Amino acid sequence: MSGALAPGASRVIEVLAPGPYATVQDLGRPGLAHLGVPGSGAADAAALRLANRLVGNPEGLAGIELTFGGARLAFHAGAWVAVTGAGCPLSAVPPAGDASGTAASGTAASGTAASGTAASGEGASGRDASGGARWRAPAAGVGVPFWVPAGTELRFGTPVWGLRSYLAVRGGVAVEPVLGSRSTDSLSGLGPEPLRAGTLLPMGPVTGLEPIVADVAPPRGPRPAVLRVLPGPRDDWFAPGALAELCAEPYTVSQDSNRVGVRLGGRELARAREGELPSEGMVAGALQVPPSGQPIVFLADHPPTGGYPVIAVLVTADLPVAAQLRPGDQVRFTTHRVG
Amino acid sequence: MIRAAGEHGLIVETGALEVSHRLDALLRDDRPRGVVDIVPGPETVLVVAPGADQARLRATLERLAARAESAAAGAAESGAPDLVRIPVVYDGEDLDAVAELAGLSPDEVVARHTGRDLVVGWLGFAPGFAYLTGLDPALRVPRLGTPRTSVPAGSVAVAGPYSAVYPSASPGGWRLLGHTSLRVWDVTADPPSPFRPGTRVRFERA
Repeated sequence: MSGALAPGASRVIEVLAPGPYATVQDLGRPGLAHLGVPGSGAADAAALRLANRLVGNPEGLAGIELTFGGARLAFHAGAWVAVTGAGCPLSAVPPAGDASGTAASGTAASGTAASGTAASGEGASGRDASGGARWRAPAAGVGVPFWVPAGTELRFGTPVWGLRSYLAVRGGVAVEPVLGSRSTDSLSGLGPEPLRAGTLLPMGPVTGLEPIVADVAPPRGPRPAVLRVLPGPRDDWFAPGALAELCAEPYTVSQDSNRVGVRLGGRELARAREGELPSEGMVAGALQVPPSGQPIVFLADHPPTGGYPVIAVLVTADLPVAAQLRPGDQVRFTTHRVG
Repeated sequence: MIRAAGEHGLIVETGALEVSHRLDALLRDDRPRGVVDIVPGPETVLVVAPGADQARLRATLERLAARAESAAAGAAESGAPDLVRIPVVYDGEDLDAVAELAGLSPDEVVARHTGRDLVVGWLGFAPGFAYLTGLDPALRVPRLGTPRTSVPAGSVAVAGPYSAVYPSASPGGWRLLGHTSLRVWDVTADPPSPFRPGTRVRFERA
């Protein structure tokens, strides 16, 4: 599509700065847990799916998962993008020496609608293909598809809420897949290295994709951090009343939380039985309780098996909420029973 | 007994590794609709099925678990299980220490390590890391007090009642008997591991 550029050569995003921690993520490697392979994939999969839908991609294409914003990305070719998840202030900076443009910025809640060209698919690329076209400030914002002209640097500020933001690019991030996924698995090391300054991320082909039809998706915004849990599978390993203890007072999210799990500090959950459970399969959203009595909520890169008992498991819909918890946040649990 | 693990997970209690393996085999032969992951463990099988009707799946699992349990009475599984032969150079850093702990000579350690078929119990710890069960009880030695920061891929090791081949370089506290040139983890292969729960394994002196 970029007639003036060497074919395929510059359809890349260059990472100028990754922020505190950034990786490529798609929907992970389900189906391989029996070989010891974590599921991995976007920690807040709902946000990645939404970002992909906004740019007309299939929901499972790879995007970029940022942790606490802070990234700077240089687009060597123009592209439609969308940012979802934790609401970051975004700003777009024109190529050096381009006097015609001015930096544009939008914030999480701005809800800036994309320009009318959004519906026309690759409509804006003609401007890009001509090479010397005027740089026009993109309507950068969270929850909207917007066109990033070639040469633009996209800057992510610190999220106003939440922890993980997702950037989807039309065509997807086309790094080499490993075991069917482009996700970085922080536990096992499968998949691409975490992003660092200088990482070049190829963009996938945009031919054959659905047209971009969404103008704006309502930002999810901060939600009261109440996580609903289903008791079990090993609640009987805990003292009577342990579930009530879990739900009695808020827990505080610990600094050493990561893609493997959200570590919590608060009321100790006392065991009714000692010893280790024979190793058994673990699911995402499990509240595993090590001997300290302080629960860990398993996220995408959790180990497929474990030997500490699981007192309860998050309701699936609350997994994205857990994935957006920041160190220092307070979170409350409530038991939920399915009918 | 079947325990719910959230909305999409069911943990079937099998009570024994052989029953887990049989249930795993039954589920893989005739995978119920919507099942994404089947994860056998020493006394359980976790079944993850986001797309399934949970009540129906639960009924299916109850039926299959009963079959897996009755088959435990003695009947051999249908179809010969895989046998993976692993050529080992027994030059591991801990071979002498294991011999001393076991009260054997290094040659006797090798003879006992190669002397019987082991069975993959389950995989975990790292992708492709298989816990091999059925180790000669004389070779049961504790883990190292201080784990090594890096154990090379292909290292053949023992700890407690298990043996293993390190699928890739990783930290590790198991005692190293030797190494194999057989690749037991290759992400470009399908499947990436020659092991799955229930696979028989024979170590051979290279």
